[in-house]
Amino acid sequence: MTRSSTPMIRMAAVDKHFGDLHVLRDINLEVDAGQVVVVLGPSGSGKSTLCRTINRLEPIDTGVIEVDGKELPEEGKALAGLRADVGMVFQSFNLFAHKTILENVTLAPIKVRRMPKGEAQTHGLALLERVGIANQKDKYPAQLSGGQQQRAAIARALAMKPKVMLFDEPTSALDPEMVQEVLDVMTTLAKEGMTMLVVTHEMGFARRAANRVVFMADGEIVEDASPDTFFSNPTSDRAKDFLGKILTH
Amino acid sequence: MGVIIEQFPLYVSGFLTTLRLVLIAGVLSIILGTIIAAFRVSPVPPLRLVGTGWVTVFRNTPLAVVLFATAFGLPEIGVNSSYFVFGVLGLVLYTSAFVCEAIRSGINSVSAGQAEAARAVGLTFGQSLSLIVLPQAFRTVIPPLGSVLIAMIKNSAIAGAFGIGGDLFANGVQLTSAQGYSAAGVLFGVMLGYLVLTIPGGILLGVLERKLAVAR
Repeated sequence: MTRSSTPMIRMAAVDKHFGDLHVLRDINLEVDAGQVVVVLGPSGSGKSTLCRTINRLEPIDTGVIEVDGKELPEEGKALAGLRADVGMVFQSFNLFAHKTILENVTLAPIKVRRMPKGEAQTHGLALLERVGIANQKDKYPAQLSGGQQQRAAIARALAMKPKVMLFDEPTSALDPEMVQEVLDVMTTLAKEGMTMLVVTHEMGFARRAANRVVFMADGEIVEDASPDTFFSNPTSDRAKDFLGKILTH
Repeated sequence: MGVIIEQFPLYVSGFLTTLRLVLIAGVLSIILGTIIAAFRVSPVPPLRLVGTGWVTVFRNTPLAVVLFATAFGLPEIGVNSSYFVFGVLGLVLYTSAFVCEAIRSGINSVSAGQAEAARAVGLTFGQSLSLIVLPQAFRTVIPPLGSVLIAMIKNSAIAGAFGIGGDLFANGVQLTSAQGYSAAGVLFGVMLGYLVLTIPGGILLGVLERKLAVAR
């Protein structure tokens, strides 16, 4: 594996509790620029929380998180600036309900990047074209299917030209027939060299697009391996158990 | 009832003064109430404290006491202005607390994911509130906000009793006590004046509510 000098994401000795629950235990993880890391694990293993700490939607108790060599700032302008560089895609899409699809994609470039409106619209339309929903640009989120909404949400994140994209179970809220269209967009992104951290249950995507698979259980990173190694030769009992459950049906 | 026809110009001028009073106080209450609501949901603890304190004080003090404080208390400490301004001030201080709570209920009705997405694309707290959360909150807030504003229109009569002068209520009092008209007839006219404000106000809010309702 080639290593550039600064990893895009670096988590060192990260711990977090929700009350009595120890959700993240001594997490050490580095994601290099251009890498696609898929985080797998049973529900409640802390994988979504891990994803959400990287842009500080969840604050951590102790440890260090750096994005592109810069430690996450405290809540405020500096943190907003960092979040602008980190794209995030949510399980429940979270498109702005009172804005059209095009407005969803152009809002942050205009308000955060101070991009002129015309330029933001041209750029936004190109992104909607790329995810295949340019013809839906004037509709409101509620008028779109789940798959279309999630593709719009990916376009919204890409509109900020992020350095890294975080995906928090992007296909878990979708009807089965819509999962593929979202995974296709993500696979293309991965091929184009986007740095991605993807929390998912889609094993096919992990095999096809990931450089590394990180397996979590009970708030810990239990395995960190290439997809081939992880799926064919998992070393821990917990990973074997997990794979046994999901691969048998 | 003849008083309404005989003294029609006095009713009209009283109506217009009351209209001016409630329009100014209404707009200012909505602005101030929204600011206080933003304080109450802000991530900055001192601002939250100010917001909570404001609501606690003005929601729990009788309006007459607030008006007493503005109309007679302020001049004592050297603040001099017209009774109209003191009346507006008292109404705004009092009403802003109720507007704040109505708007805060609207903010709480917007799903947390909306604010998270707003923060995730790099909007600051202020931008996320003003561009994403509040526009959606205002839609659900129209019915309770309407009740608060209609209450404020009626409360303006209390401001009138504190000597703003020339408003609907004060003119009614003047007609009965100084000019000797029978209370029943005078008050019927006064009541009509307030209904002319509150009923169309309620209809207008209904129209606004339907207009702003968008599928989500």
